[in-house]
Formats: sequence, C-alpha cells, structure tokens
Amino acid sequence: MNLLLLNVIVLVYLLVTLYLGYRGWATTRDTEGYMVAGRRIHPYIMAMSYGATFISTSAIVGFGGMAGLFGMGLLWLTFLNIFVGIFIAFIIYGKRTRRMGYNLGAMTLPELMGRRFDSQFIQWFSGLVIFLGMPLYASVVLIGAARFMETTLSIDFNLALLLYSIIIAAYVVWGGLKGVMYTDAMQGTIMFLGMIFLLIMTYVHLGGVTAAHEALTNMANLVPQSLAAQGHRGWTSMPALGSAWWWTLVSTVVLGVGIGVLAMPQLAVRFMTVRSSRELNRGVLIGGIFILAMTGVAFDVGALSNVFFYTTQGKIAIEAAKGNADSIIPVYINAAMPEWFVYLFMLTLLAAAMSTSSSQFHAQGTAIGRDIYETLTGRRGTGSILVTRAGIIAAVVIAVVLGYILPENIIARGTSIFFGLCAAAFLPMYTCALFWRRATRAGAIAGLVTGTLSSVLWMVFVHKKEAEALGISRFIFGRDVLITQMPWPVVDPIVVALPLAFLITIIVSIITRPPDSAHLDRCFKGIK
Amino acid sequence: MLGIEDPWIWGVYLLCILSTVLCVSYGIANWNKGEELEKQEIMEEAAWEAQELEMQEKELGM
Repeated sequence: MNLLLLNVIVLVYLLVTLYLGYRGWATTRDTEGYMVAGRRIHPYIMAMSYGATFISTSAIVGFGGMAGLFGMGLLWLTFLNIFVGIFIAFIIYGKRTRRMGYNLGAMTLPELMGRRFDSQFIQWFSGLVIFLGMPLYASVVLIGAARFMETTLSIDFNLALLLYSIIIAAYVVWGGLKGVMYTDAMQGTIMFLGMIFLLIMTYVHLGGVTAAHEALTNMANLVPQSLAAQGHRGWTSMPALGSAWWWTLVSTVVLGVGIGVLAMPQLAVRFMTVRSSRELNRGVLIGGIFILAMTGVAFDVGALSNVFFYTTQGKIAIEAAKGNADSIIPVYINAAMPEWFVYLFMLTLLAAAMSTSSSQFHAQGTAIGRDIYETLTGRRGTGSILVTRAGIIAAVVIAVVLGYILPENIIARGTSIFFGLCAAAFLPMYTCALFWRRATRAGAIAGLVTGTLSSVLWMVFVHKKEAEALGISRFIFGRDVLITQMPWPVVDPIVVALPLAFLITIIVSIITRPPDSAHLDRCFKGIK
Repeated sequence: MLGIEDPWIWGVYLLCILSTVLCVSYGIANWNKGEELEKQEIMEEAAWEAQELEMQEKELGM
C-alpha cells in the first residue's frame, strides 16, 4: 500500500470537508440558520445527510462483522432501517414533524416537544437526556475513527484523535447545521459509491448472486460447536427460535436499533430543515436506495465473506479474522479487493464516522444551548448560539475524555445504550405529540420520565451486556444482574421500557384534563 | 430461492429490495406533490424575519 498516496487522498478529502463547512458558515446568518439550516435545504442534501448520520462506521464494520459471524438474519435490521427508518420516518413522522416544527417555531426535537405540550420541563429534561446519554455514543464513533486512522494512515493514535476532533469541531462550531449537512451529503456520496462497488465486486468474485448464496448455504455444517450451542444454524438460516442468539438478534438488533431510529433527535431535526412535504417525498426515494446500499450491502457481504475465506484459506470468516468479529470486514477488504478499492473504502469509513460524529456534536450543542440554557435562563437570541458553540466544544472534549478513561467493553455498548434510551424516552411522547390531540402535558411528562428511568434501570440491573460492563449492579448487590433466569438477561431494555412508557403516556393523558383547543389548533395547523 | 433455503432469510432479502422499490415508487409518484403550504409559509416567514431583526437590534444594538 502506498501510504503517501493515501495520506494525500485523505488530506484532499479533509480540505473539501472544511470548504463545505465554510460554505455552511458563509450562508448562516441567524439562529434558525444555525439550528435548522434555515429550513431551505435541498432534498438530496437532506436525504443524504439523514442517511449518512444514521449509518456510522460501526453499522458497516461492526454489524457487517456480526453478519460475518452470525449470517444473513441481520438483513431484518436492513429491512427495518429502510421501511421504518426511511419510509415511515419520512412520510408518517417527517411530514408532521416538519409542519408542527414550523407552526411552533421549534428548532430541536426537545423544543418541539416542549412547545407542543407547553412544558419547559419537557424541553430541558429531554435536552439533558441527550446531553448526558449521547457522549457514550459519540465516544464510540470518535475512538473508532481515531483507531482506524491510526492503523490505516500509520499516524499516532493521539494525533489522529486530536486531528479528527479539531476538524469536526471546526466545521460544526462555525458551520452550524448547514455545515454539517453539506459535508454529510458529500460524505454520503462517497459512502454510496464505496458500498456499491463492494457489492458488485463481491458477487462477481463469488460467481453471481445465486451461486454465492448456495455456496454459503452449503457451509452450514462448518458452524463451530460453540456458536451452534447459541442457536447458530448456518449463515443463510435464522437462529433457533428462543435461543440466546435469537433473542439478541430480535430484541437488540431489530427492535433496538431498527425502531430506535424514529426518536433520534439528530435525525428528527432534519425533517425541520426542508421547506415542504415535497422535499420529503423526494428524500424518501434517495434515502431508501442509500440505506439499502449501506447496511444491506454490509450485512450481505459480511455473511458472504465466509465463502471467500473458505475457498481461499479453508477457514470461516471469524477464524480468518482471528476471533474478532470487528476485523472481518477490514480483513475481507484487504484480502479480496483490488488496492485502489482499499483506498476508496478507507475514505468511505472515514466519511461514515465523520458524518455521524458531526451530527452528534451538533445535537449535543443545541441541547445545551437551546434546550437547557435558554429554557432555564429565559434568555433568547444570539447568546444561545454562543452557548451552543461552547456546548459543541464541551461535547467533543467529553467524548475524547470518556474514550480515554472508560474500559473498551462499555464504549462498545454506547450505540445500543443511546438508541434504546432515545426510543424509550422520546418515542411515546413524540408519537403522541404528532398523532394524538388528546395527549396531555402530564401524560407526556409521565411517559418521558418512565421511559428514561425504566430503560436506565433495566440497563444497570437486568440486561447483562450493559449491567456487566457498567458494574453498578455488582457494586451494590454483589452480582452482575438481578434476574438470572432466561431470557431476561438477554432481553433488550427497549422491549420492556418502550411499551411501559407508551402505556403510562396514554393512561395519564386519559385521566388528566385535555389540552386547550386553541393551542392544539396552532400545533396542528395545516396537518390533515 | 436465490440459493437460500430458509424462507425467513430469502424472504427478508426480497423484503429489503421491495421496501427500497416502495421508497423509489413513492418518491416518483409524489415528486411534485406537497408544496401547497409553501406560499403561505413564505409570507409568514417574512413576518418572522422582520421580528428577528428587530430582536437583534434590541439585544445587540446592531
């Protein structure tokens, strides 16, 4: 590999990124420009930015590697990513979010909720959940990107971390959401090209679609004993019903990450950046294709890498990657693809990480500036942009510090912790806000608090993966989880917390006084 | 089907493609729909902007 050439390519890419951040800065004049990109974003930029923020490096490398280990069952997640994450999100949630956000002059998801239910508590509490919950998720992406730059560009880890953080902080702090979305769209385009090439070359290499799948199906007898015991029945079969892996697949992967996406504040805010439903209609087309090309390709290729490794090295993918599922995709790319593609793929991964990081920092900044500072101090206007900028810098610093001090097994859980938390805390309130006029302030608050607390408690005391990593349960009660009977330790928090929060929101709304109808008319103006 | 025996897997493989086709056809069918509210919003926004300017003048003395 030509290291000099790779460094030059990355440098050019970073310069283009900074230039687009500058463009964002040059065209941003006011708070609305900084927080919701002036509500005048082109559908291509909106959809690509949504997709690129949605899909991080871990969705490609981490979950792609998981598909290499466990097989094509992960495609259920892709299906949900497209159907729920794009189709339902844009058409059912997006159009109403855009219009209601406009009606109420809201610029963040917590602000939209706060104004819909006429409650400052909802706004600052939601802002707090975002500001406290997101650093772990941001840390995952940040540390992952720096490690990646360290190994591929052969630069020092600390230098990589510094470089990556400074560049992102620069264009997010100055460029605002426009800077973030312009760079996202460019990064999304690179990701799209990289993944499409990967898919085509994989199928060509393995002799076509059906031949490749048949070869993988025929490898079912090669599943190691230890995986078979967890329910693994081959890479083109679903795991055994009710087995440990079946529960993990269905509850964490499919429900947690698949449905959690609807209530992600950094994604929901994008619906408020376009001028009409027409842009969302167009965005659906672009977003659907983009997501299929991201997780669809990653999971398909991840699973098929087994065929490649078996025919060339006589090993299954996880053996070729020396037992580390996260290495399956990189090892496969290096072994199976031409050298020019290795460069393109590295850029793809860097773009995937940066597009996710930038939106995380922007969301945390607006949570602090707009949702917490403005709501609690009652000050409006340009002062909050300053606080938002300071919040973004604080978010970057916290993510870096967390990355250094927390053990790796906690960091690795960051994505699912945040997705699960957002879904349980925000989804019931958000859904009721958009679709149920009878939902009340008390109902929304009850649901928000129930969702947040039950989800946190479940992670700390019941769900083994988080509970073990956090170690709080062991510290207080002397054991990793409070309930050891299967399947509870493997049931994701979302399965319990989300229905509970929904139920509480509905019950409390019904028994409290209906909201003022003039206020509702204002919220739902123009919504059929 | 497609070299995969388990219907849950070839089914989801097709579902992924079909849901993308759904997104694409929805996008094409509604390409120019949904901008009905735009004119009214532009007028409202002009009023907002005037307000925002006034606020900035007051706060910052610009």
